[in-house]
Parts: sequence; C-alpha cells; structure tokens
Amino acid sequence: MLKVRIIPTLLWKDLGLVKGIAFDSWRRVGTVLPAVKVYNMREVDELIVLDITASREHREPDYEAVAEFSGDCFVPLTIGGGIREMDHIKKLLRSGADKIAINSAAYDDPELITRAAMHFGSQCVVASIDARKSDDGAHYCYSLCGSKPMGREVVAWAMELERLGAGEILITSVENDGTMNGYDLDLLRKVSENVGIPVIASGGAGNYQHMADAVSIGKSSAVAAASMFHFTEQTPLSAKQFLQENGIPVRNANMRQ
Amino acid sequence: MATALIIDYGMGNLHSVRRAFEECGAEVLISDDPKDIRKATHIVLPGVGAFHDGMTSLVQSGWCEAVRRESEKEGIPVLGICLGMQLLAEKGHEGRETEGLGLVPGTVEKLIPVSSMTRIPHVGWNEIYRTRENPLFEGIPDGTDFYFVHSYRFVPERQEDAIAMTPYCGEFASAVMHHNVFGVQFHPEKSQKYGFQVIKNFLALN
Repeated sequence: MLKVRIIPTLLWKDLGLVKGIAFDSWRRVGTVLPAVKVYNMREVDELIVLDITASREHREPDYEAVAEFSGDCFVPLTIGGGIREMDHIKKLLRSGADKIAINSAAYDDPELITRAAMHFGSQCVVASIDARKSDDGAHYCYSLCGSKPMGREVVAWAMELERLGAGEILITSVENDGTMNGYDLDLLRKVSENVGIPVIASGGAGNYQHMADAVSIGKSSAVAAASMFHFTEQTPLSAKQFLQENGIPVRNANMRQ
Repeated sequence: MATALIIDYGMGNLHSVRRAFEECGAEVLISDDPKDIRKATHIVLPGVGAFHDGMTSLVQSGWCEAVRRESEKEGIPVLGICLGMQLLAEKGHEGRETEGLGLVPGTVEKLIPVSSMTRIPHVGWNEIYRTRENPLFEGIPDGTDFYFVHSYRFVPERQEDAIAMTPYCGEFASAVMHHNVFGVQFHPEKSQKYGFQVIKNFLALN
C-alpha cells in the first residue's frame, strides 16, 4: 500500500533557515545544510526546501547551494523558489533536485508547467499554491510568498494546474502557516476532492493529530510541516508512530534512531 | 573495482544517482559520449521524464546502439532506473507510440486508477514483493518500501521477467530482469538503506 508521506519543509532566506507566522515575522532558526543532514540521517520520507524570497527579488534559484544540500542527501528532495524558465528546472535537476516546485511563475506563464511536464515528466513538477480564506468562505490564491492576491479561486486553479500537467499540488494555507493550530482542513478537502494528483498538505501543523486530520478529513496524500519540527520536541518518527496507531499507513514507523 | 557508467542523455537527476553509486563503492563515470561505454563494467540508465523525449535523445546521441551492443554481445550488466527501466522495453505508449531499446520484451503503459481515491502519478513509498529469487533483491525483505514517482508502468511480455511486484492500481512490475539487463521502477538512489542494497547487489554482478 502506498504510504502517507511526512515531509519536513525547510524555508530558506539569504542562506539561513527561517520560519514565520502567516508568511510574516520570519525568525532565523539555523542554517539549511545541517538540517538537511539531520533529516537525511533520520531517513525522512521526503524533504521540501523553498527559497522564499527568490521570486520576489527576481533571483534565479541558487544552484550551488542546492548542489550542496543534495550532496549528502539521499532523501527525495523538492526544491522551489525563483523558477521561471525551463533552463532553471534543468539546472536544478542537475544540481540534485528530484522534483521542483513552481508557484509564482505558474500565474504569469501557465504553459511553463506544461513544458516542464512534457519534457521532464509531470512526476517532477510540483505546483505550489498559497491560499487565504476570504469572508465568503472561498479560498483565493496568492503569489510572491503570499504577498500578491491573484484573484483566482483555489479549487479552479488547482484543477487548471492538473490539466496543465502538474504531478502534485502543494497547498499551503497562508493564515494558518506557522500558527501550529492545525491545517485548513476545508481547503485541503476541497482541493483533494477535485484533483486526481497527490495533494501535499501544508501550513498549520502543530501536533500529530493535525496530521492525522489532514489525511482522514482533508484527504491529503502527504503532510508537510515546519514549525512543529523546528520549535517543538515532536519528530517525523513519532508522527509516524501516531499515524500508524490511528490506522494510517506510513513507512519506518518502528525504526530506531 | 566496478566502474559504473551513468548515461547522460539529458534526462533528469544524475547527481543523486552518482552519489549513491559512489557511496556503494563504485567508481563512477558520467558520460554523454557512447565511446566511453568500453570503460564500463556496469551500465546505468537513469532518467525521469517522457518516454519519447528520452528515446529520441538516446538514439540521436548514439547510446542506443552502444548499449544494445555492450549488453547483448559483451554481457555487461545494465540497470535502468525509473524512465531508464521503461526505455528497456520494446515500445512505449506515452503520448505516442515510440520504439524502445528492446532489451526486455514488453511495453510501457499508463497506470490506470482503480478507484476515485487512487492518485496518479504514483508518488511515495510503497512495498515490493519478489516473484522469485534473484540477485538484485538479495538480502532485502519482502514488503520493504521503496520510493516511487511515476505515471507509467512496465508490462513485461514474459511473466518470468517481472522479478518484483508492487501493489498499486492493482499491481505492477516494480523490477524486471532479462538475462543481464535489470530495471527498477523505483529510485534505489532515493530509497535509503535498502535502495543502496539494490545498488550494491547490482555492482556485485559481473
């Protein structure tokens, strides 16, 4: 049976590892490389590393840094931030990324998703959406690290990204992010029920129950978390044990560390 | 010492494959020149992406002929990984019908969801169960999870060429073996301890 993945997310800004609340008040929480090494040693299911300011600052991805992260990382690695062209994707894959995440550029150039999927395969194209809930209960998309409203409703955009060729959707609730109060389950369920590709839940995880809810209620294929692993004693391994006890299939729940 | 030649035909992440083979004790040569194939004790065909693009690039760069010759005439062990496994087939049906390397009899077809909850691509960790004893899975317990990321599956013509199966969309061949040619649908370079065991087992072949 396919296992539910637990994915630590590393947000990276000016070479430092950071974590914010609702995409603001960024706190420096270390450096990226040692964090990648620790997660590699712990044999986590996957890692997502996002350069959160690259697009806003019109920077290309930092290929050298990515090569450094991936050098000793034998964990499937998704890299995002600043990707706008096919050439950026090619260089990232060559630097050791297994998958790439595209967010802001998909709004300006939706065909980029299609070109990438046609050439590199949709399995390596993760479409990332940052969403906020509006007063009418609908969720809308934001780009450039949650700063720019795109006027698009989330479910319609997720379906469009699937049609364009995305292989997975990484869906982040901007207002829940960093609060550790739980994922936006309504957002997750709406997206998961309307696409046929895997959905990775992101934004708000604070404890293991939140992860179980993202799977059982939110119908997500994978759960991503950052603050919960940076700021509390909770670990991906214990999360797996909890999920397994709750009947959710995971791998390596019984490994020793 | 084994010299693993990793074929560089412009499809995907060679970096992790190289690092994994180095960790497993091989001397690694990444090459885009088919002439280098003579230096290899083991040939690795990695790759992610589309069957048609992959095959076009293998043909144009001259690898196609070189790999067929070395594996068939010289008996050099070949390992195809993910797209690389699929390219070993005779035919691919991704987008349009494309002729493959034809080193393992079979075709490549899209995974068909069996329920509304089945997601395609098949991404993540899933079990493998061997169908018979084989050198590639020596020391690997049945039910071990490997890392997959793909939308297509290899359908071997001869059942005995499928050496491991994985339950998804019914079940599919997650590894094939035909004489000295091996293919794995999962990514051994990203499957940690047991992935490395697969690589070591491959490097032990000669």
